[in-house]
Amino acid sequence: MADTNAPKPSSSVKLVLLGEAAVGKSSLVLRFVNNDFQENKEPTIGAAFLTQKCNLPTRTIKFEIWDTAGQERFASLAPMYYRNAQAALVVYDLTKPTSLIKAKHWVAELQRQASPGIVIALVGNKLDLTSDSTGSAEVSGDGDDNAEDSGDARKISTEEAKTYAEEEGLLFFETSAKTGHNVTEVFTAIANAIPETSLKSARGPGASHAGVSRTEEQRVNLNGPRDPNAKEACAC
Amino acid sequence: MDRDIEAGSNDSNNNNNNQKIERSTTEAVDHVPPLPPRPSRKLSDDGASGALHVTAASKPTTQVSTIDISTLSFPDGSRGTFSTSATSATRSVASPQSSASGYTSPRTDPTAETVSVASYPATLRPPGDLADLVTGEFNRRSRAWSMLRTQSSSVQPFEASRTGACDSLTGFEKEFDDIPEVGDKGITDEQRLSLWKSKMKHYMILSSAGKPIWSRHGDTSLINSYMGVVQTIISFYEGAKDPLLGFTAGNARFVISTQGPLYFVAISRLGESDAQLRSQLDALYMQILSTLTLPTLKNIFVHRPSTDLRKPLEGTESLLSSLADSFTKGSPSALLGALECLRLRKSHRATINNAFLKCRSDKLLYGLIVAGGKLVSVIRPRKHSLHPSDLQLIFNMLFESGGIRAGGGENWVPLCLPAFNNRGYLYMYVSFFDSVDTAEETNSPTSEDGPQPPQPPPPKPAPSPDEEIAIILISADKESFFELKSMRDKLALQLAKNGSLALIQSSARQGRPRIETILDLNTSPLPKEAGHSQGGQLSHFLYKSRANVQFCQSSLSPAFESSSPTASSSEKGSIGQRAAAGKLLVSRRRRLMTLYHHLHSSIHAKHSHLKVLHLVSEDAASLAWITPVFEFYCVAGPNMSRGVMTQCANKVVQWAKREEERLFIIGGGVF
Ligand SMILES: Nc1nc2c(ncn2[C@@H]2O[C@H](COP(=O)(O)OP(=O)(O)OP(=O)(O)O)[C@@H](O)[C@H]2O)c(=O)[nH]1
Ligand SMILES: [Mg+2]
Repeated sequence: MADTNAPKPSSSVKLVLLGEAAVGKSSLVLRFVNNDFQENKEPTIGAAFLTQKCNLPTRTIKFEIWDTAGQERFASLAPMYYRNAQAALVVYDLTKPTSLIKAKHWVAELQRQASPGIVIALVGNKLDLTSDSTGSAEVSGDGDDNAEDSGDARKISTEEAKTYAEEEGLLFFETSAKTGHNVTEVFTAIANAIPETSLKSARGPGASHAGVSRTEEQRVNLNGPRDPNAKEACAC
Repeated sequence: MDRDIEAGSNDSNNNNNNQKIERSTTEAVDHVPPLPPRPSRKLSDDGASGALHVTAASKPTTQVSTIDISTLSFPDGSRGTFSTSATSATRSVASPQSSASGYTSPRTDPTAETVSVASYPATLRPPGDLADLVTGEFNRRSRAWSMLRTQSSSVQPFEASRTGACDSLTGFEKEFDDIPEVGDKGITDEQRLSLWKSKMKHYMILSSAGKPIWSRHGDTSLINSYMGVVQTIISFYEGAKDPLLGFTAGNARFVISTQGPLYFVAISRLGESDAQLRSQLDALYMQILSTLTLPTLKNIFVHRPSTDLRKPLEGTESLLSSLADSFTKGSPSALLGALECLRLRKSHRATINNAFLKCRSDKLLYGLIVAGGKLVSVIRPRKHSLHPSDLQLIFNMLFESGGIRAGGGENWVPLCLPAFNNRGYLYMYVSFFDSVDTAEETNSPTSEDGPQPPQPPPPKPAPSPDEEIAIILISADKESFFELKSMRDKLALQLAKNGSLALIQSSARQGRPRIETILDLNTSPLPKEAGHSQGGQLSHFLYKSRANVQFCQSSLSPAFESSSPTASSSEKGSIGQRAAAGKLLVSRRRRLMTLYHHLHSSIHAKHSHLKVLHLVSEDAASLAWITPVFEFYCVAGPNMSRGVMTQCANKVVQWAKREEERLFIIGGGVF
């Protein structure tokens, strides 16, 4: 792999997205991974797994992202996705009050049940629907610059969410997957917030390139079949 | 079978929209829906149109002949498709029903029965056996007729109705447009209601307590009251222990299916039979089970009969809608209850199967490779096979509704496959070749990646849905994602290395077989009549292998589908033109599918004992032929003679027999 010659150390970070249905989790991931946006995105069924690299000055982080479905009936599967996660993005829709309540539930559940060191970011999405949206300048492409949705649909003030985030020790961002505003920033901030120590064992290009060895590994290690970090990877 | 009664009442039903509720107790599954009334023609001469109308309704405009048993030929030759006047426009697609329901009544000629038996092993016999059955008397026509028909031999099916401005499919191209929501400016409630009423097909799901669950068109504000009416009617008969199965109101057929606490209603003006509508409703029910499982569904209603099921089903509306729309567009797969496979050489498929089996993870239950909605390879445990209705749900999820495909990445989807086991979930790993592989490649050189923001990846040449290749791995273990992922990675590597991937791609790109090619392959020349004129060729066929529960069909383009996207993008037609052409094709395809539905229901009607059905209308000539081995349906321009048609049919059937191991997956990889 190219990584053997890469100047910077590379580590994988397992990240999970949680949040009420239709708040824009998949859209944030689509923006981050493909720099794309779809106006009428269909609900996620189950979960989607994607990867994307993020370059920091001193190292490369490869995100292994679980984009989960927000619909209630999938809630019981969530632990499977956050169990070994090093980072979580808890998303709400800042035009929809119930979605913040749901987000708080997720934060509480993560704090109770996920790995102790998990980095959590609280993200208020759909900033473009508010009158204070500033996102357009940063992004080329399909962002809709003329605020066609004039008027302010914001229902959750920045203050309210920010205060809560500070109390709970969460990173906090307001984003727009539609314009791209703040999307990369969220992921970069998470990458920076992951403690060095938890990255030590997670080097290499990640699971998908080391199929054969992984399978053998998993047969032995059934407890952590989904933990790519368990492996000192990169014989390739 | 009281369908004769039914058909008889049609005529009176046509003009006066008196509602007729027909309670069907036992045999109703088999009802052929009544003839939808013809739209009123805007002819200058009202008297003439009235006359035409009456003729059309009371006399067969369709020639039906049931070759194997008894002859039901009506004076033909008096009528040809060269008449492009209003007469042809009055021939609505759905009207063959009148003739079928009216005239293909059970027959009891024992000698004819033996003749039909002789036609069973058709594919094993030299050409001509079907032709033997159907030539002779039938084709005798006046000279004038013969001369006229040679002139119009290039008439394609549904050509006449294409020009006819008003017929039952008018506005079909708007069938799938959304109805504006309540808040939309500039649209009144009446307008919304009339848009809603203009839809030719409705599906509704409600609870027996009358709570709306889902409907294809219209939001709750629009349809709530209708749901209430429907619930009242159904409950009335339920209460009398005499369940209502269907009724006709005006030109719409209502079919009702009750599944435990759920009522399913289909309302159609497209002329499907009750049995066909019922199987569509069953598919919708399967989709609900696939989301919830049967025990969960039961539980919900046992504890609270008034539960609003919309919440637990949230997010699956688009799956129900895409399923419903595939029925409304007309799905051969749903009609035949069979799957379509990608055509591959036997040895190539064997290579793929072997690679598949070699990479197999212990956790795997079923493995599928699918290209553009066509099955490429299946591996399965010896004791389990996959049920077509389950695969229909999977294919609908992956290829018809956009959710999973558009998301990119790999997916892990809990779902219940009701025909396999309606009590529990399985877990389905899905990845599309194009999205995952190109993404990985473009990302792999890490050092060159600039700092954030991530650069937009180079625009991928979007593969047309017909060429997308998916690997689907199903397990009973919800924790097995990464094992299946690594299996997929190994398999993808193998397929790329041994060239299979390229073979799959090129076969998918090639598309379905073309009839010209199939007929040319045959050494024996076609009769002159058909030989070189365009009109002398079949336009489309469906061939179902009954043993394999699979079917194949000829290419739909150019008559029923726009040609490949690459070709169309190079054409410099304006977008508007192309959209218009596309809409035309949607209705044409629906005409084709309506005809197939009609053939299918006629030949499968209980007690009909039909083996071969030849049908000529102003729009098209068509043929259905069933044996224990296969079901064959084909459509041609209205002027194709029966002789030519049967010869073509024979050739296609022989071709299918010869190609059987390429067209169909026989057995698949078993472990
Ligand atoms: N205006 C605006 N719309 C957005 C934004 N992000 C997402 N949407 C829209 O919101 C809808 C839901 O987005 P998704 O990304 O599917 O939401 P999700 O959280 O993944 O939903 P589930 O998969 O059901 O949990 C889609 O129609 C998106 O187009 C945003 O930043 N601004
Ligand atoms: Mg989503």
